[in-house]
Amino acid sequence: MTAKTLRHLLTAACAAAALSTGLSAGGAAAQTVYPIDRADLLVGQKFDLKVEFAGVVDPAKAKVTIDGKDHAAVLGKAATFIEKEEGVNASALLLRDVALNMPGRHTVTATDGSSTATVTWTVYATGPRKAKNVVILIGDGLSVGHRTAARIMSKGIKEGKYFGKLAIDDMPHMALLGTSGVDSIVTDSANSAHAYTTGHKSSVNALGVYADRTRNSLDDPKVEIISEIVKRKLNMAVGIVSDAELQDATPASMAAHTRRRADKAEIAEMLYALKPEVLMGGGSAYFLPQSVAGSKRKDEKNLVEMFKADGYKVATTAADMTAAARDPKTTRLFGVYHPSNMDGHLDRAILKPDYARKYPNQPDLPEMAKAALDVLSRNPNGFVLMIEAGLIDKYSHPLDWERAVYDTIMLDKTTEVVKEFASRRGDTLVIVTPDHTHAISVVGTVDDNAKGEEMREKVGVYEKAGYPNYVDADRDGYPDSPDVSKRLYVTIGDYPDHYETWRPKMEGTFVPAVKDKDGNYVANEAYKSVPGAVFVAGNLPREASDGVHAADDALLTAMGPGSEQIHGFMENVDVFKVMANALGLGARSPRKQP
Amino acid sequence: MIGRRAVLGGLAVPLLAALPAGGAGAAEGARLRFDDLYVGDGILGMEFSPRTKELAGRRVTMRGYMAPPLKAEASFFVLTRNPVDLCPFCNSDADWPVDIVVVYPGREAEFVRNSVPIDVSGTLQVGPYRDPASGFHSRLRLTDAAFRALN
Repeated sequence: MTAKTLRHLLTAACAAAALSTGLSAGGAAAQTVYPIDRADLLVGQKFDLKVEFAGVVDPAKAKVTIDGKDHAAVLGKAATFIEKEEGVNASALLLRDVALNMPGRHTVTATDGSSTATVTWTVYATGPRKAKNVVILIGDGLSVGHRTAARIMSKGIKEGKYFGKLAIDDMPHMALLGTSGVDSIVTDSANSAHAYTTGHKSSVNALGVYADRTRNSLDDPKVEIISEIVKRKLNMAVGIVSDAELQDATPASMAAHTRRRADKAEIAEMLYALKPEVLMGGGSAYFLPQSVAGSKRKDEKNLVEMFKADGYKVATTAADMTAAARDPKTTRLFGVYHPSNMDGHLDRAILKPDYARKYPNQPDLPEMAKAALDVLSRNPNGFVLMIEAGLIDKYSHPLDWERAVYDTIMLDKTTEVVKEFASRRGDTLVIVTPDHTHAISVVGTVDDNAKGEEMREKVGVYEKAGYPNYVDADRDGYPDSPDVSKRLYVTIGDYPDHYETWRPKMEGTFVPAVKDKDGNYVANEAYKSVPGAVFVAGNLPREASDGVHAADDALLTAMGPGSEQIHGFMENVDVFKVMANALGLGARSPRKQP
Repeated sequence: MIGRRAVLGGLAVPLLAALPAGGAGAAEGARLRFDDLYVGDGILGMEFSPRTKELAGRRVTMRGYMAPPLKAEASFFVLTRNPVDLCPFCNSDADWPVDIVVVYPGREAEFVRNSVPIDVSGTLQVGPYRDPASGFHSRLRLTDAAFRALN
């Protein structure tokens, strides 16, 4: 089933559900309205209004009202009528860049003369500004299993009690988040990060837009992003830091408006257009003109030179970054440390396989956080900073849980840096959150010295699990090696065909499955001859190359002004509201300082 | 321990396009390694190495992995340093590693499982080129190529 078909079925299903519970709904849901039903809009937040009609309609009969008034009277301008949308034999009304300033529930009705669709939007205001700064740390795919494994491996545990807590454990406010999207219970990092940065639910692969029905990925109805709002309203600084490609979904959610997260060359330009004061991560290939070897652009734009021309200090190594951040004159920093995703902690600092040795001067995420805080603090109006530990997810997909857990520890060390900054100042809201989860669990240990011929007999569960014997001789919080004789047994619940080797992949990231000539993913034979390896038949469709995301709730922790709003179960879009409230983005007269 | 780049044993992979006579691993022309292709760290771009430039237009042999199946009508395949588990035309083609080499076999090629290393011999073409049929962009190519699986 295509995503479009699915969306229309869902629209119909939602309308049916609404009718059956007597909540709302006009006639048949012939029209699709964006923003969607039950959307929450921050007062003054810009958005595009779009109505998609089911067929070609008479423009004289196509009408959109808000609370019974003509939309043009309410929004200040009239929507454009499109008789036939490109590639679609149907009409639409489109009105870009509008906002609503009246808090409360608003009923939007769209009719083609014969059928009518009704949606309700809630426009909300905020109290006065409480926080000068907001830092949101996103552990991509971070799940409770990662967290537990990280605590065991980083802090140690004996007789049931840990020797210490993680930095993310020790924060005063906590909530469970629902991460589902418009089109699916299970979402991706684009849509889930978009929920945080816009306050709107959207669809898999979408950033800064609702997913409309036209093929063009760059024409979908937009919603304004928090970074755009704080720059426009309060002249605040914005920072975007990730160890993934900067064009990847999570960092892109701070700047991008596209239906398709794969529009990486365009996303690079959107990042440039936002002019964030700090932009640091991987993905240099999309900032270079196509004539340069290593570029992944299809044009001659040289964004590195464009950043330089705008007064950015450009860093390509940890030393460049530290020197630039230390210079009190640096107020704009563009750091790019890898052509694609940066390397994770285990590879970069411990195992050093050839691919990580190729880029020996990459900074660590905690160092990047420190540099970002130094530079952003120079803006007197405060800042919003997103820091992503993007590789937790990138390693969880190929079932490489050890690398994912080392990067969970790295996220925790990054949190320590941010907490220290926030505790010292008392004016910074800090949120640490996953964007979605994986089906990962700590279920016991594997003991090479246990009896048994087969490796599965060496798996200890319940009282036979005992405790692992990781060593952290240098006391840096990371086990010196993941390859110890008694190690955690961690399972990921969904997978393609693969060979289970029962041990960490010391020579490079796990590649569980490879594609065969029919396009199916089959177990990667490279692991077949690992002593004790067994074939595991996949439990996902054969088109799946890796493990997938879970719809399980995400666990968010927070501290600082505004964090008291965080409790219980929340929707991911509520995280945007928490940040907007802390910064007073919907206050009657937004103050530039708390 | 065996890793992702390990040589495999016991796989029934047919010899596909015969290389000139010689023992297993026989090579035609100079051996060119992925590590030799470029100089520069790649963060702000890479340049062709002196060795790559010197071998341009000559027969060379490279060892790598055949990327997963291309569209049936494609007249080339992509040689990568490491096995890749992505589908070239499902993802954006920008998702390719930066140091790929496009191979135009001298005769019809059969797919070799992506975890099996192959030796490819062909004439090295250096410089940007857009495949007219697919629009696929490449910087390095091996033309009139023959290859064999190492198993």
